[in-house]
Amino acid sequence: MTKPQNKEPVEYWRWKEYQRVISDKSWNNKDIITAGVDVGSVGSKAAILIDGEVYSWGITRTGSNSPESARKALDWAIKGTDLRLDDLKYVVGTGYGRVNVPMANKAITEIACHAKGANYIWGPKVRTVLDVGGQDIKAIHCDETGRVTSFLMNDKCAAGTGRGMEIFADLLQIPIEDIGEASMKIDEEPPPVSCTCVAFAKTEAVGLLRKGWSKEKVLAAYTSAMAVRMSNLVKRVGLEKEFVITGGQSKNIGIVSRVENVLNVKCLPSPEWKTGGLDPMIAGAIGAALFGKALYLKNQKK
Amino acid sequence: MTKTIGLDLGTQAIKVVVLNDNIVLSREKMFSGFDPSKAAKTVLEKALKTANLSISDIEHTTATGAGVQMASNIDSKISMMSADAKAGIHLFPKARTIIDVGAEEARAMKCDDNGMMVDFVVNERCAAGAGAFIEAMARALEVKMEDMGPLSLKAERASPINASCVIFGESDVVTLIHRQESKPEIARAVFDAMADRVSSMVHRLGVNPEVVLVGGVAKDVGFIASLKRKLDIDISIPEYPEFAGALGAALMATKRARRSKK
Repeated sequence: MTKPQNKEPVEYWRWKEYQRVISDKSWNNKDIITAGVDVGSVGSKAAILIDGEVYSWGITRTGSNSPESARKALDWAIKGTDLRLDDLKYVVGTGYGRVNVPMANKAITEIACHAKGANYIWGPKVRTVLDVGGQDIKAIHCDETGRVTSFLMNDKCAAGTGRGMEIFADLLQIPIEDIGEASMKIDEEPPPVSCTCVAFAKTEAVGLLRKGWSKEKVLAAYTSAMAVRMSNLVKRVGLEKEFVITGGQSKNIGIVSRVENVLNVKCLPSPEWKTGGLDPMIAGAIGAALFGKALYLKNQKK
Repeated sequence: MTKTIGLDLGTQAIKVVVLNDNIVLSREKMFSGFDPSKAAKTVLEKALKTANLSISDIEHTTATGAGVQMASNIDSKISMMSADAKAGIHLFPKARTIIDVGAEEARAMKCDDNGMMVDFVVNERCAAGAGAFIEAMARALEVKMEDMGPLSLKAERASPINASCVIFGESDVVTLIHRQESKPEIARAVFDAMADRVSSMVHRLGVNPEVVLVGGVAKDVGFIASLKRKLDIDISIPEYPEFAGALGAALMATKRARRSKK
């Protein structure tokens, strides 16, 4: 074991904030430029669309102040474009902090936005969306237009959420972005931890480490328990193909592959967000901006 | 003269009660620590010493609790629910609802007019309805766990938290601290949230008086006050609520010892 150095404590849960502009797109004043701001419990995401096509986005951590987090996310999405806030014709707020998005013309629930965004990212064949957010998990069933037909939600419990994963990243001292890969570095899949409650699972994990289990094996046992929990939610809402996973944990290969195994279905692959593709984490923000465009057009007709 | 032992291996502490014809001779407890079997042995010896007895005087030992499989040299076992119900009826013969809130689990038992347990509900696998919740929130508030109860009684109003999960409860408490809510009000919010969870569990059984509260958390004045408010009923609490499981096991041991004598 490496000895801790007298440095700043490492925050293993801390994931990277970033922004991106699709550079081959341009805009003029006639375009309908809309934005969606998704203030989640852990991450705040903003997406800017030109005539319903994604132009730029920004992902930041949510602070203790929702309006500020919303502003920050939108600032990041605008950064590097020649847009100004005034150019945005319509802004829709969504997510846990949606009522606290000061620049929003309207707030829409994240469930509707995620289904709409998934429909944009993966196309009209998507019927089931598992959104794994920072503090809740949702299983959404939608039609070919991305309209929600039914949904189930697990909230008020950290088990299976991104927040729970952050806690395990900290406990096992593995950076959150590596946690998926790390959980796959095992010879044999261990039995899942018996505790779903994150507080108890932590205690159980410490016990397993003391028993001599490797960090990766403990992580695999936890990830596997969480995947079972998510899969049960999907089963209850009814799994219909195509199936996709959105939200922060769609980037966790340990979760994605185990959910696929439990449900015995392959989900549509996520775009290569690291190399320019759309980020599955911004599905909600994209959906919000699409609603923004529809609402803007409706208002124009009046 | 029937001398028996009840042993309760809880998730946090191990409790022992020594009885002579259902009269308590001694009671001892100890933290389970890393080696619950060893702790059980130590605390058992201590209880025997206090009672001025040796193990050869004991006719029957009954064990209960989440760690019951770690107990050695016992004669029989009893479920946690039955042990609680037995102790509750023994201490308060009119008890019809017995609630046990421990470190990691909460449960409620329903008894009929003959003192027989007829139904029960358990909250397990979730820390929000158990002592672990108070512990985590005390840590977030930077208050000693035992000070949480008295502190909460000083609250002038309740500031509700959406705390049905320990993990989210911690962030809620931090938010309240940032909002500069006073510590008593936050402590009260913690107990209210917990009592909410426990009372909704009890409501599934029906709240039939007399209601008895046992388990380690039954010593917390803050939780008692909140639960009374939520259930809107008076609650009886024994002098040593954390020994209820061990007492129930010991009472069962007496019954079994006498039966085998016949």
